[in-house]
Amino acid sequence: METLAAILVGTLAACGTLLVLRNGLFRILLGLALLAQAANLLVFTAAGLGRGDTAIIGPDERTLAEGHPDPLAQALVLTAIVISFGVLAFCLVLLKKTRARIGAAGVSGLANTET
Amino acid sequence: MPFDFLNPGFGVAALFLAALVAPFVGRKNDRFPATLWALVPGAIFFYFLSGAGPIWGGTTWRDSLTWATELGMDWDLWVSPVGLLLALLVSGIGTLIVIYAAAYLKGSDRLGRFLCYLFLFAGAMLGIAVTENAIVLFVFWELTSIASYLLIGHYHEKLESRKSALDALLITAGGGVALLAGFILLGEITGSYRIGVWVDAADAIRAHPLYTGAFLCVLLGAITKSAQFPFHFWLPGAMAAPAPVSAYLHSATMVKVGIFLLAILHPALGGTSLWHYTLLALGAITMVWGALVAMVQSDLKRLLAFSTVSALGTLTMLLGMEHTLSVKVAMLFFIVHALYKGALFMVAGALEKGTGTREIGQLRGLMRSFPALGIAAVVAAFSMSGLPPFIGFIAKELLYEVKLETPVIGISLLICGIVTNAANVVVALKVGVLPFLGEAPSAEPKSMKPTKIGYWIGPVLLGFGSIAFGVFPDVTLGRPLEAMVAQIAAEEVTIKLKLWHGFNLVLLLSLVTVLSGVGLFLIRKRLSRYSAALREGVGWNGTTIFRSGISGFLFFSGLVTRTIQSGRLHSYLAVLFSVAVAGLVTAWWKSGYTLTLPAKGAIRPDVAILTIVLAAAAVALVRCRRRMASVLILGCIGFGIAGFFALHGAPDLAITQILVETLTLLLFALALYGLPPMREERRAGIPRVPAVVLSVAVGLVFTLLTLKAFDVQVAEPVSLELAAKSLPEAFGKNVVNVILVDFRALDTLGEITVLLIAALGAAAMLGTGRSRFSRERLESSPVLSASARYTAPAMLVFSLYLLLRGHNEPGGGFIGGLVAAMSAVLVHLAHPSVKLRLFRLGAASLMVVGLATAVLSGLPGLLSAAGFLAAQWGPEFPLPAVGKVKIGTPLVFDIGVYLVVAGVVLMLYEAMERNRVRENVEPEPAALP
Repeated sequence: METLAAILVGTLAACGTLLVLRNGLFRILLGLALLAQAANLLVFTAAGLGRGDTAIIGPDERTLAEGHPDPLAQALVLTAIVISFGVLAFCLVLLKKTRARIGAAGVSGLANTET
Repeated sequence: MPFDFLNPGFGVAALFLAALVAPFVGRKNDRFPATLWALVPGAIFFYFLSGAGPIWGGTTWRDSLTWATELGMDWDLWVSPVGLLLALLVSGIGTLIVIYAAAYLKGSDRLGRFLCYLFLFAGAMLGIAVTENAIVLFVFWELTSIASYLLIGHYHEKLESRKSALDALLITAGGGVALLAGFILLGEITGSYRIGVWVDAADAIRAHPLYTGAFLCVLLGAITKSAQFPFHFWLPGAMAAPAPVSAYLHSATMVKVGIFLLAILHPALGGTSLWHYTLLALGAITMVWGALVAMVQSDLKRLLAFSTVSALGTLTMLLGMEHTLSVKVAMLFFIVHALYKGALFMVAGALEKGTGTREIGQLRGLMRSFPALGIAAVVAAFSMSGLPPFIGFIAKELLYEVKLETPVIGISLLICGIVTNAANVVVALKVGVLPFLGEAPSAEPKSMKPTKIGYWIGPVLLGFGSIAFGVFPDVTLGRPLEAMVAQIAAEEVTIKLKLWHGFNLVLLLSLVTVLSGVGLFLIRKRLSRYSAALREGVGWNGTTIFRSGISGFLFFSGLVTRTIQSGRLHSYLAVLFSVAVAGLVTAWWKSGYTLTLPAKGAIRPDVAILTIVLAAAAVALVRCRRRMASVLILGCIGFGIAGFFALHGAPDLAITQILVETLTLLLFALALYGLPPMREERRAGIPRVPAVVLSVAVGLVFTLLTLKAFDVQVAEPVSLELAAKSLPEAFGKNVVNVILVDFRALDTLGEITVLLIAALGAAAMLGTGRSRFSRERLESSPVLSASARYTAPAMLVFSLYLLLRGHNEPGGGFIGGLVAAMSAVLVHLAHPSVKLRLFRLGAASLMVVGLATAVLSGLPGLLSAAGFLAAQWGPEFPLPAVGKVKIGTPLVFDIGVYLVVAGVVLMLYEAMERNRVRENVEPEPAALP
């Protein structure tokens, strides 16, 4: 199960990298989003995949049941999701402003903006 | 001893203080007598003189001011015989120089600044003289280089001044870096930075394998500072400085610190053949070369500069001879040279002021106009030529004697010495005698300023010193020299100095020297012509080589910069990914990593299908060529991953992911306006094959990293402990939420701050000004506005429910905040004319209130032992639907998170929406050419 997830992580990362390396600004953003997903999934998977239980203590329990998923990794990923959203939004805005400055020149126009 | 009552460090401090104050005193009032500043170095001179007795007696005074003991950097002070000599030269000649400079720069608006740099320099020099700690000494050492740079560049409007100043700085400060390296090596060898410790550990140092490196580094520092061949050329260039600077820094003091350093380190580093031959060779070459070049110069100051180079070479050579007598001569010559060369430089400067030229050919018959200067110059010149009864005579006699005493090398050095001294005679005559001889001056002096006392008092006093030391050598210099030789040669000696040694071989050599010098003087014009022809023939010299080296270096760094900084985004990205992959692979390879697959469990069909769909969607995203479709595929992947989370027991993550994906989709949709068609942006990246290879490599690394993580178990997972503490200590059953708002609340606080900054940055880029047109776009879906009326408030209530129950069930501040923001966005989509509000607050207010709430919730923790953000709990209340809610600071903190997240989302949405409306109505701004 974990091996499958690891391969999924790799696939997402590879596709994200390819998007970043090959294309214009907009698809670089898509690539970034994909890389962020891959990273989140990596942390989540690396902590070990649970068997369907949640990281919530049962009604009559004192602590988490045996074989529970790792709550710390979940906490990490939760904030990472929200932060990657903030960063992605920031990059989107950056894209809009860059477009307005360099026009249709695309990425190759970025080299000439330092005036 | 006076040093016990008043630490010599105060002398250094007093000079630095004077440097701070000098630019501001007498700035407005032109009649402020700047000569008064001479009192500062003057007082210091007498202070050191009053303490001289015991030091000359052979004791060394020591003290230490604590600074950074752990780093081995205390200001260890000492007054050693050699250090005392340097301190006396710095303060004594410094006094005369200040008097001279006050006259020389009278009326100049740069006098204040000049004095500032001069005192800075003097303070640093004094620091070198009295500091035993090598690291602190290094700081003073570099400070003198900087002061020298500022002083050479005094006439900064002249290009040549600036260039020369930079040459000098690069060479001396560069040498200083080598010196630091040498000091650190010595510190490593001995475990201390005190020179006294080094001297005691001399045998260990010389036997250590690092000795050669340490010696060469120290040597490099010393010979760059003391202008030894091949670094000598900065010194003639430094003649662009005003005359007081040349007299002070570049003849009497600063250029001597290299020699000073070699002298005080001789007992620690000397006594090896490496020391012996290196210093002999360097010194001899510099000595002869400097003297020969000096002889044919026609510019007064350049001539003196080259002759200084020659004198410094002599000193280096003497220290390299490693003979008690040679050390004695070196120290004697150290003093002698400072006296006559300082005087001659001051005379040269005065003559330049008086006549407007430094060309020797144009200076004639000036004795009548400037008698005092003339007398001082003749005295100095005679001392330099080594004529009796001046101190220079004694120095030269001893010089020959020491060379005669060492057999084979001595003879060749003797020949070098005779050539040098003959050339020195020419130099002395050209500078000290020629300008004053003759009847009719070629031109009447332009200014009679140099008749003023400030101009001639310095040279005359120094000349008087030459005579006094020459006539009563043993009384005045006997004991000090004994003490210094004892320090440098690390052995006890008795020294007898006398003016007259009787008729012997040495006297005969002196006679030969003077006669050949006079002979050379008579054919000086022919010599100058030959050398000018030679210079033209060669076409380059030290300065030109150094400067082409520097410009070559700059060209090379430009080339490197242009290659690395191509300005192409994709190249940077490719480099980033490549380095990351290469680094990780190297680390693995080095650690001998072998891949072990995790134990095979039963494959869950639901997860398998989801995984395949996700991978397929990722590939589709790469291949997709339409923008809206790309955004939708990206959304699909996001929702898929949410499902993945849900299937693996992470409801909080799944909910968050779904909410975030929804918002992302919304923002992307807003951003799509005004973007050019996709095909315009193609062909921008790096070529297909390398890109695919690199991407696959990145993917593989991600996969391997994930798999590796299962292997690595360095410690018991911290989450076990967190889970165990969750209920009893934090009263929460949802461990994820407990971690976020209680155990790791400080991390969360940082994260919401990052979010806030991202939102602020985005909003700032898009402009905060309200669009005039936003109110005009009123059309919206009637269905949406009708349904939003009911759904939006329901969502808001639901968000509060999520927030409150988050501690025990899936939910919490992040999720609640996202839902709350969506309710506000929904209202805005349905009624575009209504302002975006949540709880009557705008986006910015929400963020500020939220962050303030989160921070304030941490304050009660400060009262407890656990500190900021430590949880404090109150009573428990039952709430309908939610269940039991325990009041406490984590709950307040979660409310803060809730508000910040909602505010961030609203601000981002608002900024994008405003921008879209503007672009929709206004024409897009013209692209940059």
